[in-house]
Amino acid sequence: MLSNEVKQKLINIVTEENFADSKTERLVYSYDATPNFQSLPDAVVSPRNTIEVSEIVKLCNEHKVPIVPRGSGTNLCAGTCPTQGGIVLLFKHMNKILEIDEENLTVTVQPGLITLDLINAVEEKGLFYPPDPSSMKISTIGGNINENSGGLRGLKYGVTRDYVIALEAVLPNGDLIRTGGKLAKDVAGYDLTRLLVGSEGTLGIITEATLKLIPIPEARKTMLVHYHDLAAAAKSVSKIIANKIIPATLEFLDQPTLKVVEDFARIGLPTDVEAVLLIEQDGPLEVVERDIKKIAEICQQEQAVSVKIAASETEADALRTARRAALSAVARLAPTTILEDATVPRSEIANMVKAINEITEKYQLTICTFGHAGDGNLHPTCATDSRNHEEMERVEKAFAEIFEKAIELGGTITGEHGVGEMKAPYLEWKLKKEGIAAMKAIKQAFDPNNIMNPGKVFAKETRKRVVVAR
Amino acid sequence: MTTVEEQAKIQEQFKARMDENELLNCMRCGFCLPSCPTYIESGFKESHSPRGRIALMKAVVDGLFEPDDDFERSLDLCLGCRACEPVCPSGVNYGHLLEEARDIINQNKKHSLPARVVRKTVFEGLFPHQNRMRSLTGLLGFYQRSGLQTFARRIHFLGLLPENLATMEKVLPKVPTMKEMKNRPEHLPALGQQVHRVAFFSGCLMDTMFLKTNDATMKLLQLAGCEIVNPPSQTCCGALHGHSGEKSSAKELAKRNIAAFEDLQVDFIITNAGGCGAFLIEYDHLLKDDVEWKDRAKRFTEKIKDISEILVAVGFHEKVKLELPPQVITYQDSCHLKNVMKTESAPRILLQSIQGVKYQEMKDAGRCCGSAGIYNIIESESSMVMLDYKMTQVRATQATAIVTANPGCLLQMQLGIEKEGLSSKMRGVHIVDLLLEAVKQG
Repeated sequence: MLSNEVKQKLINIVTEENFADSKTERLVYSYDATPNFQSLPDAVVSPRNTIEVSEIVKLCNEHKVPIVPRGSGTNLCAGTCPTQGGIVLLFKHMNKILEIDEENLTVTVQPGLITLDLINAVEEKGLFYPPDPSSMKISTIGGNINENSGGLRGLKYGVTRDYVIALEAVLPNGDLIRTGGKLAKDVAGYDLTRLLVGSEGTLGIITEATLKLIPIPEARKTMLVHYHDLAAAAKSVSKIIANKIIPATLEFLDQPTLKVVEDFARIGLPTDVEAVLLIEQDGPLEVVERDIKKIAEICQQEQAVSVKIAASETEADALRTARRAALSAVARLAPTTILEDATVPRSEIANMVKAINEITEKYQLTICTFGHAGDGNLHPTCATDSRNHEEMERVEKAFAEIFEKAIELGGTITGEHGVGEMKAPYLEWKLKKEGIAAMKAIKQAFDPNNIMNPGKVFAKETRKRVVVAR
Repeated sequence: MTTVEEQAKIQEQFKARMDENELLNCMRCGFCLPSCPTYIESGFKESHSPRGRIALMKAVVDGLFEPDDDFERSLDLCLGCRACEPVCPSGVNYGHLLEEARDIINQNKKHSLPARVVRKTVFEGLFPHQNRMRSLTGLLGFYQRSGLQTFARRIHFLGLLPENLATMEKVLPKVPTMKEMKNRPEHLPALGQQVHRVAFFSGCLMDTMFLKTNDATMKLLQLAGCEIVNPPSQTCCGALHGHSGEKSSAKELAKRNIAAFEDLQVDFIITNAGGCGAFLIEYDHLLKDDVEWKDRAKRFTEKIKDISEILVAVGFHEKVKLELPPQVITYQDSCHLKNVMKTESAPRILLQSIQGVKYQEMKDAGRCCGSAGIYNIIESESSMVMLDYKMTQVRATQATAIVTANPGCLLQMQLGIEKEGLSSKMRGVHIVDLLLEAVKQG
């Protein structure tokens, strides 16, 4: 509970209208998109500008009140669930595009801006902001930066981190800093921009960001390739890349995923094949055509059943939209969907797909696998029921094994969803004790009172490693 | 105010009656947020979003939370437009959850005396009785024709009413006479070669205040090769009851309608009001726990089809020449027609086949206009915000006719036109009325 003094001071900063602590308002900010996490904040505060953010942070630091910054609550690692109470900070007033700089090819925005609104605004000017997380219609840029979100175009264009070049942030002591600039080169000191990107709200609050843009590709082509064999699909992925082609998008969907996605989207996706690859290439027209032809040949050599090129942009868009709905569509199968985003080097994708299937079999679970095969980032998603405790134990064991396998193959426990509270117990598996210690030292230096999104990234206890007998 | 005892009763009923699987089906991805008009218009308040409302309902079921006034406010402010459903990848039936929640709250809460009287009159005394609907419409006809309307306007009597109601009074259609309302055809032959035998669901409001539109609908059906049966024992669909927490009355009306239509040997039951059609098409859900009725309800719902769907299916627009004087027209989706009956392209196909007119799609045509049953009367402030947004989009199309497919939307569009002072150059029109005009000129 907030003391009356803190509550009054918060109201003084943001006005009554932008402060809420009724049970209803607290309840609707007690969750994000992560299953099985819910916890009430003490209040919900919506600052209108950076100065207000700074005053709020100073006040909270003084009174040791936790702060959880939240965009649209599409987080998938419980990163925006206020598990230790405190205040949830909303950015619904700070959602403007401040500037599109066509000379420097940058856009400067406030954190509450919806990702797709940003993409549309720059595309109107013939510019391109590639990171496109599946939730881009809902998610905010602030959220994307804090989670270092990826998306369907990550393979060729990289992730959010690759486009953030300057930040304005409020540190936990209330100090306002500016990092980077509209600069292609900048080695003045530590790269705090990169440190803040993906920091999951644990180091400070981003209040403004300048993002790098590129010219929009001239042409784009989309294709859907069908396979009767999972391994063949996975092998095609590695082979395309080994042939020195980097498609803009190279997505994988297995049969269980195809069934639920088709059930939702009704666009005629095949449900009788084992897997599909959704492949896109963009760039100058002749390059796109050459690459698409070459990719089709490779897929056919790898036993693809059929290769279909989308006839129009509408058809291509329907395919992309359907793919983006995959996670939520899996929820049609069962009351609870638990998803992971273990990531491996792209050459290991076939091994990872195989391992996931064996693990699914071993624990007798329903796991749908889809994801960004081209960058080794898979999303095995388990359709289960959190009320069934016995099954939930098996789910947990299965995911622990998937993490273990990913690390063994040179991969990581999370490619783009973040650690949050959900994966915190596994972080040490990837980083080792020394890695955790280095990160904790950074956290301690920035936020000695641990008010910034406490409980996230670092777990109280690391999960015991499973002994994989296979 | 909800008393503590009422809260306890509501909570108990939530635990007993809310569908837990449906609540759990929401995985909180937030894909519904951009589709929700109240989320957008409230300045992105989660408590006014589908995801927020489902989380609140679930919290009441889980005992995390008592259903207080804020909770009720969150549900009250929902338009029930169900735009969140087609965009939900998990397929959550939000409308069913909302209806059940509203019913529980309504049944366990003592309304103030005036509210009780109004609800009883409207839900029990008026809509289920077609003769009384006729009398009321007749009274309105008397008001319009006797000079009373002119008189009331002249003495600025309407200035005493809240602004919306006063404007509403202006936009009500010229209603038919008592005689016209009583002499309804029970059977009409197909004109030309018969392709289907259909029943016509005439509706309560449509068959009184919007009688002309019903006549136009039947005319189009005849021209499309349909023999029409219009059973006199049919009644109000019960949508208003269902959406306002009067589920048991809605069930009674549903049963009367199923009985009225089930032995007619027809291919389809045709509706011309999205709001009614969407409610009819879900009778199987409404009666799912009724052993005696659920299968009969299922057979009934399988036959429900909107007028524009059947016209497109039989190729009416290809067979009959449609033409109008040059003008720009635009279409406002009926939320329930689009989101529940999934009829989205058929009206557009028909409108685009009228020669001489330019069809201009408006931005966010699928976003609710704020009519939403009786929402524009009881939540008038929020409704007007929705309407203002809608009218801005309409203006941008330069259209001189806004076409709709539901009486509530039609009145709201006319209200918008009146409010913006555009009545001399723009009109709201039901799609079947416009199509019949186009037939006559074609």
